[in-house]
Amino acid sequence: MLQLKDVKASINNKSIIKGLNLNIKPGEVHAIMGPNGSGKSTLANVLSGKSGYEVSGNLTYQGQNLKEIPIEERAQKGIFLAFQYPLEIPGVNTSNFLKTSLNCVRKSKGEKELDTLTFLKLIKEKASELNIDEKFLSRQLNVGFSGGEKKKNEILQMKLLEPKLSILDETDSGLDIDALRIVADGVNSYKNKDNAFLIITHYQRLLDYIKPDFIHVLSDGKIIKTGNAELGQELEKSGYENLN
Amino acid sequence: MKNQEINSQEYKYGFTTDIENIKAPKGLTENTIKFISKIKKEPKWMLDWRLKAFNRLKVLKEPNWQKPKFPKIDYQDLYYYSAPKSMKDKPQNLDEVDPKLIETYKKLGIPLNEQKRLNGIAVDAVFDSVSVATTFKGELTKKGIIFCPISEAIQKHPDLVKKYIGSVIPISDHYFATLNSAVFTDGSFVYIPPNTRCPMELSTYFRINASETGQFERTLIIADKGSYVSYLEGCTAPMRDENQLHAANVELVALDDAEIKYSTVQNWYPGDKNGVGGIYNFVTKRGACRGKNSKISWTQVETGSAITWKYPSCILQGDNSVGEFYSIAITNNYQKADTGTKMIHLGKNTKSKIISKGISAGNADNTYRGLVDINSKATNSRNYTQCDSLLMGNKCGAHTVPYIKNKNSSSTIEHEATTSKINEEQLFYCNQRGLNQEEAVSLIVNGFCKEVLQQLPMEFAVEAQKLVSISLEGSVG
Repeated sequence: MLQLKDVKASINNKSIIKGLNLNIKPGEVHAIMGPNGSGKSTLANVLSGKSGYEVSGNLTYQGQNLKEIPIEERAQKGIFLAFQYPLEIPGVNTSNFLKTSLNCVRKSKGEKELDTLTFLKLIKEKASELNIDEKFLSRQLNVGFSGGEKKKNEILQMKLLEPKLSILDETDSGLDIDALRIVADGVNSYKNKDNAFLIITHYQRLLDYIKPDFIHVLSDGKIIKTGNAELGQELEKSGYENLN
Repeated sequence: MKNQEINSQEYKYGFTTDIENIKAPKGLTENTIKFISKIKKEPKWMLDWRLKAFNRLKVLKEPNWQKPKFPKIDYQDLYYYSAPKSMKDKPQNLDEVDPKLIETYKKLGIPLNEQKRLNGIAVDAVFDSVSVATTFKGELTKKGIIFCPISEAIQKHPDLVKKYIGSVIPISDHYFATLNSAVFTDGSFVYIPPNTRCPMELSTYFRINASETGQFERTLIIADKGSYVSYLEGCTAPMRDENQLHAANVELVALDDAEIKYSTVQNWYPGDKNGVGGIYNFVTKRGACRGKNSKISWTQVETGSAITWKYPSCILQGDNSVGEFYSIAITNNYQKADTGTKMIHLGKNTKSKIISKGISAGNADNTYRGLVDINSKATNSRNYTQCDSLLMGNKCGAHTVPYIKNKNSSSTIEHEATTSKINEEQLFYCNQRGLNQEEAVSLIVNGFCKEVLQQLPMEFAVEAQKLVSISLEGSVG
């Protein structure tokens, strides 16, 4: 699904990712761990197409050169980024935003846009799966949401848009145990053989709930170690410092 | 290339109707005024009133305190009256109206014929200097409501017109208002009798068609005791490389317990992307809450015009009266807007609320200018003002100039203001959810304007939302 070969990325002439290789197949869950400043969020931004980065190397998504696809088309083709800090958009009703978003994605696939009633039925269903109060949908997008509510909203959007590749950028940070469980349940219930996850996190905590197939340790812009789920527990005990 | 295509789509009302006109002689003279008064078959008192204004005009100067400056207007090089020849014999019904005029309004999305009329909205259609047609007149008459061109009201309801015209905007007020009093041509007149709720939206659609012609609309709305009316005006003009002057006067009077809701969707031709052409929209709008517990609410969506200069205001005379001003002003390319309101608190327990949203893109400049004036007798008065400005790009400007005069220690005045740039992160967030750049801008800006948009009558809110998006097309990225 996604192949990265010798990917380098810099911003304002500062090199951040320095030769990264990664191969993600459908049905797989990959976790990226690593210390602050190792390039984890940059990787998420580069994959989703955020502007401002100078990117080199081969990035192939579903056989296409990712660099040639604009941000919104990447989203339409199934790349979803759950933001570390979801943005507040004042005056924009959450359910209206979700409907606009879903219909943009549907339109790009040549599917019929959903009318308001059909959409509301769908979104209420998805919201209740995540234990999200319906009132949440009529509030302004992320405005005045608690940290946990914002992250749950990201997972709700993921379930609604049904992406192929979901990138979770520190979705677990700032969550209490209950919210963490809801987020993890959301991911687990959506996981299937056709879609893949790239989970960026600092902590083993989330990986207790979502079992990764691979854990990659990112340090100074490179993957320095790749292992299975046990690597996470090892890191939790000994930290990143002792890896080298 | 893509940009050019967008620009050519931007103003879809830019066509001209090819029609034979009757014009007043060029220039601003006593003869021009007499010509207008005569062709409108006005009584002598009206002509005298006009001439009084004209004499006053001779000693007045154009205001120059506003931020947008404009080249000197040669008032002798303008036509002050232009009307389709076919309107001379006053068609008695729509069948007698020139099909070209009917077609024009159809193209503008305002069908005038019986079968296709807008649902629940009565329309007065003003073309250059003359009202072409007024719909639903019969139904309104049954309730005692008068809705007709002001030129007709001068003939048929002289007592009402005499009593109220110039009572809110005196003929000596300021240059453009006085100019309007001297040469005004057509506009709407509304009278709602006591304890009557107007059963439908009333609206006027102003269209400028002729070149080298100014439009001087005059509207007068009176809501008698305990009545309610919601009124909406819309405006468009052809694309031309000259600047055309639109100097309107709108007066509202609300008596005891009456309420007037006045909404404007202003989409005059804004000029091209280099700032050539466009309308000078120099408008005086003022409402008097003359009775106790009365309310006047202005809502404006200003997206057109090369220069917009207007301050819809409320004089809160009656005790417990309420004035509101909700505004969206969007300027793109080289457009300039200097707009806001005046809330004059005279009565006790009077309340006013000002919500202003200014959006600036391209090389445009947008100023909010407002006055809150609380008189010494206006005990326990309150004002709340919120001015938000949104900037798109780094060549545009936003300014907020609030004046506050308070002569009463029991009053409460609150003022909040914010200025922000459209946020790259917000755009990225929307793009990442599958929205393209224009869809994202439209969503964010409509959210920014929401408090004002939701004040508009339902039928127009959707149109206004689209207009907001179209006005900003091509302004980002």
